[in-house]
Amino acid sequence: MTNTPESPSSLTPSNGSTEHGVSGVSPSSAPLLQLRAITKSFGAVQALKHVDLEVPAGKVTALIGDNGAGKSTLIKAIAGIYTPTSGEILWNGNVVHIHSPHDAEQLGIATVYQDLALCDNLDVVENMFLGHEDMRHRTLDEIKMELAAKQVLADLSVTTVKSVRQKVASLSGGQRQSVAVAKAVMRESKLVVLDEPTAALGVSQTAQVLELIHTLAGRGIAVLLISHNLNDVFAVADRIAVMHLGTLVSSGPVSDYDASSAVDLITTGESARSVSTMAPSS
Amino acid sequence: MSSSEVPNDLQFKTSRDQVFTQVWTQLKGLRRGDSGMVPIVIGIVVLVAYFQIRNSLFLSAGNLVNLFVQATTYVLLGMAEIWLLLLGDIDLSVGYVSVLGGASAVILTDTQFHWPWFLAILTAVLVTTAIGALHGAITILLRVPSFIVTLAGLLAWEGVLIYIVDAQGTGGTIAVHEKVLYDLVNTNASPLVTWIFFAVCVAGASFLILTRDRARRSSGLLVQPFVITMIKIVTMAVVTIVLVLVFNANRGVVFGGHRTTLEGMPWAIPVDVFMLAGGTFFLSRTKAGRYLYAIGGNVEAARRAGVNVNRYRLMAFMLTGFTSGIAGLLYVSRLGGVSDNVDSTLVLYAVAAAVIGGTSLFGGRGKIIHALIGGLIVAIIYNGMGLLSITASAEYIAIAVVLLAAVAVDSLARRGSEVTR
Repeated sequence: MTNTPESPSSLTPSNGSTEHGVSGVSPSSAPLLQLRAITKSFGAVQALKHVDLEVPAGKVTALIGDNGAGKSTLIKAIAGIYTPTSGEILWNGNVVHIHSPHDAEQLGIATVYQDLALCDNLDVVENMFLGHEDMRHRTLDEIKMELAAKQVLADLSVTTVKSVRQKVASLSGGQRQSVAVAKAVMRESKLVVLDEPTAALGVSQTAQVLELIHTLAGRGIAVLLISHNLNDVFAVADRIAVMHLGTLVSSGPVSDYDASSAVDLITTGESARSVSTMAPSS
Repeated sequence: MSSSEVPNDLQFKTSRDQVFTQVWTQLKGLRRGDSGMVPIVIGIVVLVAYFQIRNSLFLSAGNLVNLFVQATTYVLLGMAEIWLLLLGDIDLSVGYVSVLGGASAVILTDTQFHWPWFLAILTAVLVTTAIGALHGAITILLRVPSFIVTLAGLLAWEGVLIYIVDAQGTGGTIAVHEKVLYDLVNTNASPLVTWIFFAVCVAGASFLILTRDRARRSSGLLVQPFVITMIKIVTMAVVTIVLVLVFNANRGVVFGGHRTTLEGMPWAIPVDVFMLAGGTFFLSRTKAGRYLYAIGGNVEAARRAGVNVNRYRLMAFMLTGFTSGIAGLLYVSRLGGVSDNVDSTLVLYAVAAAVIGGTSLFGGRGKIIHALIGGLIVAIIYNGMGLLSITASAEYIAIAVVLLAAVAVDSLARRGSEVTR
């Protein structure tokens, strides 16, 4: 299974914007983020093999795949934690080099990790501004930060967090996720990468977070959503990209997929039920 | 707390409800570990009542001032410890490092050197800060747990201390001959200066609290009810007035039918107050203070938020060294000298003071004022047991029980906060 049928097409340096007709985005403008033939090797192990992926602005792109398919490696390459072995990353059509999380942040890429990078002992405002505190007379400007935090939460319609001065430790899982996302968004992010945002959440809290994802996309932010939960993916995604053993085996608008074809692609890397999406840019 | 959308004109009507909610939140906080000072204050009252009943001299002005002076060492060592406890690190060597700093000052102002006092004090604090930096560098660069690095430090710096004290050839003890260094603890400010000092402190603190509340109110943010603020300020003022009256009472002894005059606060007290104010400001109002909490709470989150974790860890080690240097100066001043045989419980009392006061051993939770409270409790036990002529063995056991109780509360509080999530 090292040579999946579509890897030859990935090797050709074709401009990715023609594949699948690119739902909703005018063909003239380049997608916000474009990965071209990204490969990442750890010694002899190839974790990513010539991955091509587009993430357009204002859309939710779901990245799905089984454990070990390379999803995490791919988002770490985007977030600047790993540098790809080969391939290029285009941002608004221009080649960029992301060597560190700082580089990614400068571009406007914010990543919300599965293990929630929040400090339990700090309150909501302190967490949202961690590392980017507003200062006044060389001391923390608590009032400005508190007002801004409330504003961001209101903009995102996060109404469940009652007081922004409560410790994050006292929040529910859904509220914590909302705070983590709000923290990512308030830095004028253009792309928000969400790693399993609904894992370990209950039904109503999952709905909360999906609603929030929807709101983000509605504000013109590109969302890259990594999820195991196909219900969530079909509920919120505009586009789907499937990874299997380090290769991007399929991608396209969500309407090209249904639950069974997605499961086939995740588990075997191919699907008889959706042949049209199997051979991109043919 | 009621909704944050309460308009200002409703604030007054609801203020009584808010007082109740405030009290309720405080009670609920007990389980979460944000207990505030309530259980600790109860503990202090119980201890004081016990010792006063057993020996009516306990609450005399003379003994109380003596107790406060004894407490300064524990308080400052506790403060030194808190910088590292906040990160989830620990420094076992603060006791010897602080005495080493004090010894440097004694030696430099005395015997063959005769340095001016300010240069000697500056050098002593630089020495302890450098030692802190060394501990930090080893911990960070070699990735050795701070527990081990400072355990090695405890042994090594005791060795260095014995070496430099014995090298003076004065038989293992050096007396403080420099006047300023000696006067630090052993002379008092005049009653007038004592009044002025504490009045300025209370006025300053009240001003900060009130301006902060006013700024929040004018920005439309939730403010605690004015009543609560006033209760806090009045309580602070009353406690301070009692304190000043204690300091200014004549605690001189009757000697040959003539009562000597001994009144006013020892100069060590303002040193404590300055360290308390400075440390509290640093932790609550600056970026660096915020980052210490963040690193202690979730080091990975701090790193991902762009905090230079190693830089702030090193800074915490240096702050520990700096603060223990100040503690060492007061220590040698109080004893009037330094010997090569240092009470090995100093370091344990440092950790005990911080933890009894409410700082978590697990990192991320603590305040500088905890050292003040905890140091006071350690001093109360130490002083009270001395007054009752209770043996040292019982004293150790008593402090051990209090320490264990404090850590158990801390641990339970942690579990409580995990359950509530």
